[in-house]
Amino acid sequence: MSFFLSFKEIWRNKGRYLLFSLVIALITTLVLFIAALAGGLSKANREYIDNIQADLLVYQDEADLIISASRLDNDILTDLRRMEGVADAGGIGFSSATVVSPLVEDGIDVSLIGTEPGRPGNPEILDGRALIRDRANEAVIDTPLAESLGVKPGDQIVIQTVQGTEKELFDLTVVGLSGSNQYFFQPAVFTPIQTWDDIKPQDSGARRSARVIFNIAAVQFYGPENIDSMIPVIERNIDGIQAVDKQTAILSLPGYTAQQSTLNTQQAFTLLIGVLVLGGFFQIQTIQKIAQIGMLKAIGTSNGTVAGMTIMQIITISVFGVVLGVVGTLLISLGMPQEIPAEFNSGAILGAIAALLIIGPIGGLVSIRLALKVEPLRAIGL
Amino acid sequence: MSIALTTDQVTKIYGEGSSAVTAVDRVSFEVGDGEFIAVVGPSGSGKTTLLAMLATLLRPSSGSIKIDGQDLGRMKIRQRTRFRRQNIGFTFQANNLVPFLTALENVELMLRLNKSLNKDGRKRAKEMLDRLGLSHRLNNLPNQLSGGEQQRVAIARAMVHEPSLVLADEPTASLDTQRAYQVVETFANLIHEQKRAGIMVTHDLRMVTYVDKVISMVDGIIDQITTDRDSIDSMANTIQTTPGSDVLVEEKANSEPEPVSPEISR
Repeated sequence: MSFFLSFKEIWRNKGRYLLFSLVIALITTLVLFIAALAGGLSKANREYIDNIQADLLVYQDEADLIISASRLDNDILTDLRRMEGVADAGGIGFSSATVVSPLVEDGIDVSLIGTEPGRPGNPEILDGRALIRDRANEAVIDTPLAESLGVKPGDQIVIQTVQGTEKELFDLTVVGLSGSNQYFFQPAVFTPIQTWDDIKPQDSGARRSARVIFNIAAVQFYGPENIDSMIPVIERNIDGIQAVDKQTAILSLPGYTAQQSTLNTQQAFTLLIGVLVLGGFFQIQTIQKIAQIGMLKAIGTSNGTVAGMTIMQIITISVFGVVLGVVGTLLISLGMPQEIPAEFNSGAILGAIAALLIIGPIGGLVSIRLALKVEPLRAIGL
Repeated sequence: MSIALTTDQVTKIYGEGSSAVTAVDRVSFEVGDGEFIAVVGPSGSGKTTLLAMLATLLRPSSGSIKIDGQDLGRMKIRQRTRFRRQNIGFTFQANNLVPFLTALENVELMLRLNKSLNKDGRKRAKEMLDRLGLSHRLNNLPNQLSGGEQQRVAIARAMVHEPSLVLADEPTASLDTQRAYQVVETFANLIHEQKRAGIMVTHDLRMVTYVDKVISMVDGIIDQITTDRDSIDSMANTIQTTPGSDVLVEEKANSEPEPVSPEISR
């Protein structure tokens, strides 16, 4: 009965309900884009850290979990590898560089990441081979970067870094391609740790250390089940370090938490606006229908049927609006410029859709209550 | 003729203490199957409150109402809603129809509510509308119908589920004289033919022409019950022959009647 009445009302007032579905569709599009933007920005910032095959990341104690401020050397790595339960540890160095290419004006800014061949920190190879020597003019690069540069394994790329105040160019042979490994919003170029140390940007007049100084160490355990218990053991046994799991490391990336919480707040407020808009619409609808609801109750329609009718309308309009919004978002995303870092992550999108579907009934609660409170006596003007 | 409705000393008091107002005061009457009665009286006479109690929308403060032998006072809210749906037909002076349902769907609504919309029910709904001269309006929405047509659809809806009692609240209030006569005549014919108990609340004494009994209420009490045909006709004609009412009579004579199936015309 509820379905019949709600369907007929929607069908016979198609224009009005379609218009409202479009409002929901626009809210859906906005929520999904914010979710995609949050996902894209998050990925662009954390992707490499996410992908590191490691159970713990180790920082210099005074660095406050800021990668660029952390300085570690080989002694730390040696100590880490000697720890009981540690399977392996690898040093990782981070800096920025530009890949010069005739295909791209001004080049492509990249994260230049130094890793120890064969140790934790190296990316998974999709094509070609991994880095094998500590010092070699070789690189493994992201597949998306390779596509932008039009290179494949065996080709050469030119890396430009600032040495003092001068720009210097370094030729590297691409030996392998990895999946996407963005770090700090830039695609990654992996080089052996000593090569990285040679070509990374240097301050003017800086003394080049005899030992390679890198930023963090990636630690793998034999069994990952006791990460939490290993952290204090490692920190107690090795001076001057701080060990954290990857999630903590990601949350400590500069600007990451602030950026994500800003976007999440925007998303929450958009959903709140959705609740208010839906609530307002259905409340006005119900107020306009008070005489009609009174009449329906006077002829014997139960409160359950009246509430069911309102709920079904809310659900129908919400689902239709959300579907329209999802389709619209999909179409817009197909034509979206690559520069916009939107990442349609299925989990986040499904979460946003679930939230959008929940706000309908929440927004409609007031109108359902209003409909239930209508007295059948209204039908006879009492 | 068996008794469909009995009211015994029905009283309704609004408010308490010094602010208490007695809207209906010890009202007792009976209505038999196939009997059509009018409850008349000026504004504030208690006729609408009485109708609300008969429709199970209000509980009497005291006294009892029995429809088909069932005491309404003993029913809980859900039971009353179900009873109303199954045993009572209702037409109102305005907002009678569901605006997004066609004439046929509005009539079928009572059958749907009672979960009795089957092939026979559909046939009965169509026949009812046909008999009321609306066979060409089955698929029209209420806003495509005239006021008189809407009232006739409401009458069909009030009777399609074969209730024991049919209530009409000022069914002619929004109609012109000609259409008002047609609607009440149609209503009366169906009540008589289908042996339902019908009660019409109206302030328009001209409409009592078609009823079998007139209950006149004043200040919540029954002032007079008129059953004599001549007295009822006299009551209706008094209004038509009073000064200033000749316009209504002239309107009735000149206006084109709406199509009504011949077998239900008197």
